[in-house]
Amino acid sequence: MRVLMFGWEFPPHISGGLGTACYGLTKGLNQVGGVDILFVVPKAYGDEDQSWLSLIDAGEVVVSNRIVDYKGFFRRIHFIEVGSSIIPYTTPEEFEKLMSKKEKGNRFFVNTAFSGKLAFTGGYGISLFQEIANYAAIASILGVSYDFDVIHAHDWLTYPAGIAAKMVSGKPLIVHVHATDFDRSGGSVNPGIYEIEKNGMEFADKVIAVSNLTRNIIIEKYGIEPDKVVTVHNAVEPLENRERIKREKSIDDKIVTFLGRVTLQKGPEYFVEAAHLVLQKMNDVRFVMAGSGDMLKHMIHRVSALHVGNKFHFTGFLKGEDVFQMYSLSDVYVMPSVSEPFGISPLEAMQSNVPVIISRQSGVSEILEHAIKVDFWDIHAMADAIYGILRYNGLSTMLRKNVKEEVDNLKWENAAAKVKEIYSSLV
Amino acid sequence: MRTICLYFQIHQPFRLKRYRFFNIGNDHYYYDDYMNESIMRKVADRSYLVANKVIRQIIKEYGCQFRIAFSISGIALDQFELYAPDVLESFRKLAKTGCVEFLAETYSHSLVALKDKNEFMRQVDEHRQKIKLYFDYEPTVFRNTELVYSDSIGADVADMGFSAVLTEGAKHVLGWKSPNYLYCNAINPRLKVLLRNFRLSDDIAFRFSNQAWSEFPLTADKFVTWLNKMDKKEETANIFIDYETFGEHQWLETGIFDFLRALPAAVFRDSKFTFNTPSEIARNLQPVSSISVPYPISWADEERDLTAWLGNDLQRDAFNRLYTMTEKMNRCSDPRIRKDWKYLQSSDHLYYMSTKFFSDGEIHAYFNPYESPYDAYINYMNVLSDFNIRLNAMVPESSADQEIVNLTRIIDEKDEMIRKYEDELKRLKSSKTKINSVKGTRTKAKKTVVSANRKKPSSTKPDGAKKITGKAVKKTPGTRKKKQ
Repeated sequence: MRVLMFGWEFPPHISGGLGTACYGLTKGLNQVGGVDILFVVPKAYGDEDQSWLSLIDAGEVVVSNRIVDYKGFFRRIHFIEVGSSIIPYTTPEEFEKLMSKKEKGNRFFVNTAFSGKLAFTGGYGISLFQEIANYAAIASILGVSYDFDVIHAHDWLTYPAGIAAKMVSGKPLIVHVHATDFDRSGGSVNPGIYEIEKNGMEFADKVIAVSNLTRNIIIEKYGIEPDKVVTVHNAVEPLENRERIKREKSIDDKIVTFLGRVTLQKGPEYFVEAAHLVLQKMNDVRFVMAGSGDMLKHMIHRVSALHVGNKFHFTGFLKGEDVFQMYSLSDVYVMPSVSEPFGISPLEAMQSNVPVIISRQSGVSEILEHAIKVDFWDIHAMADAIYGILRYNGLSTMLRKNVKEEVDNLKWENAAAKVKEIYSSLV
Repeated sequence: MRTICLYFQIHQPFRLKRYRFFNIGNDHYYYDDYMNESIMRKVADRSYLVANKVIRQIIKEYGCQFRIAFSISGIALDQFELYAPDVLESFRKLAKTGCVEFLAETYSHSLVALKDKNEFMRQVDEHRQKIKLYFDYEPTVFRNTELVYSDSIGADVADMGFSAVLTEGAKHVLGWKSPNYLYCNAINPRLKVLLRNFRLSDDIAFRFSNQAWSEFPLTADKFVTWLNKMDKKEETANIFIDYETFGEHQWLETGIFDFLRALPAAVFRDSKFTFNTPSEIARNLQPVSSISVPYPISWADEERDLTAWLGNDLQRDAFNRLYTMTEKMNRCSDPRIRKDWKYLQSSDHLYYMSTKFFSDGEIHAYFNPYESPYDAYINYMNVLSDFNIRLNAMVPESSADQEIVNLTRIIDEKDEMIRKYEDELKRLKSSKTKINSVKGTRTKAKKTVVSANRKKPSSTKPDGAKKITGKAVKKTPGTRKKKQ
C-alpha cells in the first residue's frame, strides 16, 4: 500500500510537536509493515522564489526527490520536498533565528506549534492563504504524477493540498487533526483557518483525531459526522539509549516543575496559584517554571505579588539536553493546560521517572492511569496533589514504579497499526 | 442432616469528605455526612427494610424452621443510629423472633486481625457488646472483615472463645476438597471452620440478573434442584452474601425478593434440606478434617486474597501508617479520637486505593466514591496526618511533645485567667461610669469620687501586666509547635 502523506516539517529540521508526531507515526508504520510512504514537505528555496512560481504557471513542478535513510528505519520512505515560501516554526526563539538570517524573498513564517495564535498583520494573511493555495496546486500535480492508494494530510496547512490531490486522483483522503484552531486561539477562531479546517474535514473520507477531546471538538464545532471521526492517540518515542549527563541536585528541596510555553493555553497561572498554596504549608520545596511566552511577565509579577519569589524560579526557554536535565531534577511535573489536544510533555517527564499531575482538559489524560488528574481551574486539588506526592512516600514510590512502565507501553507501533487499519478500510 | 446455611453481611463505611492538606491542623471533622446519609437512606429503603420485611413474613409462616444469620458491623450500627433508626428497629424485631443469629466481627470492619492481636480482640469485644446491647444476643461464631482468615487468625479467634469461624471456600485452599463440610482450624481444632460455597453464593449475588448467563433466569425451584444434585454425603451448603444483594446490587425489578420469598417453600417442598445457623452447624456436625490456610484468604475478587486492600504501595503505606498509632491509641481515652480511630480503620478506605480497577474493576468502581486510587490515597493520608497531630497532642511521645502539651496547658490556664480579669475589668469600668454619672449630679461628693478615681487605675494595672505576660507565654510555644 502506498500513502501520499503531506506534512509541514520533519526532524531533524524541526523538532516541534507535529514534526515529532509525524516522525513517530511514519516510523511506526514502517515497523508495522506493508506501507510505503511518499512524504511531502514544503521547502523554502533561497532566491529562486520567483522563478519557482513561474514554473507552476508552466505546469511543471520542480521538486527535490530523495530517499532518506533515517538510521535504517526508513528504507521505504520517499521524501518529496516542494518549493514553498512557507516556513514553519514552533517557538519564538526559532522564529527569531529564522528572521535573523535576513534572506531575501517573500517568506511566510507559520507557527506550527499545536497551540498558539497565528499572528496575521495587514495583508500578510491573505498572501499566506494564497501561498497555501499554491502549495495545493503543486499537490494536484503530484496527484497525477505519482502512484499511491491513500492520501494522508497532517493539520490544516496541508488540508488544501490533500483535497487537491484527492480531486485529481480520486483516491481516499484522510485528514489527521493534531490540533484545531479552537485549541490554538482559545476561542477567538480565525475564520480563514476555520474554513480550511472545516473544508478539509468535510472532503476527507476519514478524520483522525489525536484524542477524544479533539474528536468532540471536530464533531461539535465543525459539524462532522461522528462515524467519520476516529481517535488514534499519539505515542512517544522511547528515550534514546545513551549516556546522559545528569546534573547533580545541589539542593535538598523538592522540585516541582512546569515546562512548556508560558501562554494562556498552558495554564501557567494555575501553577503559580497552586505553588502559593503549597508554600504556605511546606518549606522544603521549590517551584520551577521553564519556558517562555507572552504570559511570562505577568507570571513574574504574580509571583512577586504573592511573595513566593524566593521559592519560585524562572528558567526561560529550555531545549535539548536542558529539558532532559530539568526532568531529571524534578520530583513532580505539572501540566495544568486549559486545552490540550494531546500533550506529549507529561509522557517525556514520565520517561524520566517523574510523577505527573495533568489537567483533565488534555487528550493525554484519556490514556494515562498512573497520573494524577485534576481540573485545570481547581488549584486546591492541584496543590493537594503536589503536597501528597511530596509528603507521602507511598504515593511517590507507587508513581515512580509505574510511570516508566506505562509510558514505555505507549508505542507508536500500536498507533500506526490503527492508522493502517483505517487505510485498509478505505482502499 | 443436610442443611443450608444462610448468612448475610451488612456494612456501610463512614466515607470521608474531600479533605485537603490545608485542612490539616484546622479541621478535625472528616466525614461526608451528606454522602453517608444519602447512601444509607437509599440502601435502607431499597434493600434492608424490604428484605427484613420479606424475612419477617417467611418466619411468620414457617417459624424457626427458617433460620438465618446476620453480621452487622459496628460502624453500620452507628450509621443506623444516626440515619436509619427504622432499620435498627426492624432488625431488633427479627432478633426477637429467635430465629436469627448474630455473628461477631470487628467493630470497625477493619483488617486489624493482620496487624495486632490486642487491638483485634478489643474491637471484637466492642462489637460483641454492641450486639448484646441492641439485640440482646451473645455471638458465639465469628466472621472476620471480608471473610479474611488464616490459621493464625483462626487461633486468635479461638482464644477469644468462639466456637466457629466463617471464611471463603477458596479453590487454592481447598484443592480437591469440598466446601460443603465442616472443617476445623489447623492450629486449634476446637475452632470449627465453615467455608463459603462461592458458586452457589455468587449465583445469587452476582449472576442472578445476568441475562448472558446460561442459567438465567434463576428460580427458587432451579436452585433447589442444584442443592439436590449435591453429593449425598455433603452436609451443608454455605451461602454467604452481602445483604445489599437484595434490592441494591440486584434491584427489586430483577425479582430477587421473589426469589428470597420462594426459596424456603421450594426447599421444604422439594428437598430434605433444613435451614440452620452457623452456631447450630458447628454444634451438630462433625468436622471432617482440619483445613490449612497458611496465608490469609478473603472472599474478594478472583484471587480470593488480600490484594484488593493491600495490593499496592499506596494501600500498604496507608495501612502501616494507620497502625503505627496503635500503641498510642492504647493510652488515649479521648472519646472523639477513639471514635475517629474506629472509623478510619474500616477496610473500605484501603479498598478505594486499589489499582485493580484499572484492569477488572467493575465491582471496585461500583463501590468507590473516588475518581482514582491516587485521589483516595491523598485524601486518606491528609486525614491521617491531622489525626496523628491530634493524637500526639493528646498522648505525647517525645519530651518535646510533652513540653508542648505542658505549655499548651499553661496557655489555657493563663487564657482562663485573662478572661477572668477582663470580666473584672469590665465590671470595674462600668461601676466607674456609674460613679461618674453620680458625680455629674452630685457635685458635693466630688472629693471622695476623685480619690476613688485615682485608686482605680492603680488597681487595674497589675491585671494589665498579667495580660501581657500571658500573651508572651502564648507566643513562644506557638512558634515551637510550628517547627515540630
